Amino acid sequence: MIEEIIQIVVLSIIVIAGIMAISFKDLLAAVISFTAASLLLSLEFYILQAPDVAIAEAGIGAALTTAIFILAIKGTVRREES
Amino acid sequence: MIGNLPYAACAALIILGIYALMFKRNLIKIVIGLNLIECGVNLFLITLGYKSGSVAPIYTMAEKKEMVLPTPQALTLTSIVIGLATTALILSFAVLIYKHYNTVDASKVRRLRG
Repeated sequence: MIEEIIQIVVLSIIVIAGIMAISFKDLLAAVISFTAASLLLSLEFYILQAPDVAIAEAGIGAALTTAIFILAIKGTVRREES
Repeated sequence: MIGNLPYAACAALIILGIYALMFKRNLIKIVIGLNLIECGVNLFLITLGYKSGSVAPIYTMAEKKEMVLPTPQALTLTSIVIGLATTALILSFAVLIYKHYNTVDASKVRRLRG
């Protein structure tokens, strides 16, 4: 029962962070909320009994992807003009 | 009922990513949408192998219970690494496009410039 409640909370925060990643005009804020979604996705992988995928997602999906996104934003512009 | 909730989250993530691919014009926002689709597909693969009340497929000190399917987890590890490689390639293309056209708006980089 407690596992199901944790799963509901984590999945809804993942979807909300995805919506925020799409809707922010500031690209740095969008990338950071995408990182939050990715990190909570790794927690969801751990709840779904896949610890190796959770480690890979936390290292690659959250850390390295954020690093290359921030390098790309540094090479281009930060604001998204509407 | 509760077992179908991860599938709903997968569908929401994939629909969000397709929305970003179709209606956003900033190239980096499009790459964020592509990554959201990848997250949705990874979650879908892991959820396919999951069975309620089973343990992780590691034999060291394992309990006497059923294990989840290990094959979708291997597929997902491969998919995560391929996703990182494609993201790095597309972002380097975005930086090169910015150096060449001075914009990252996808509707403005269509014109040819010698």
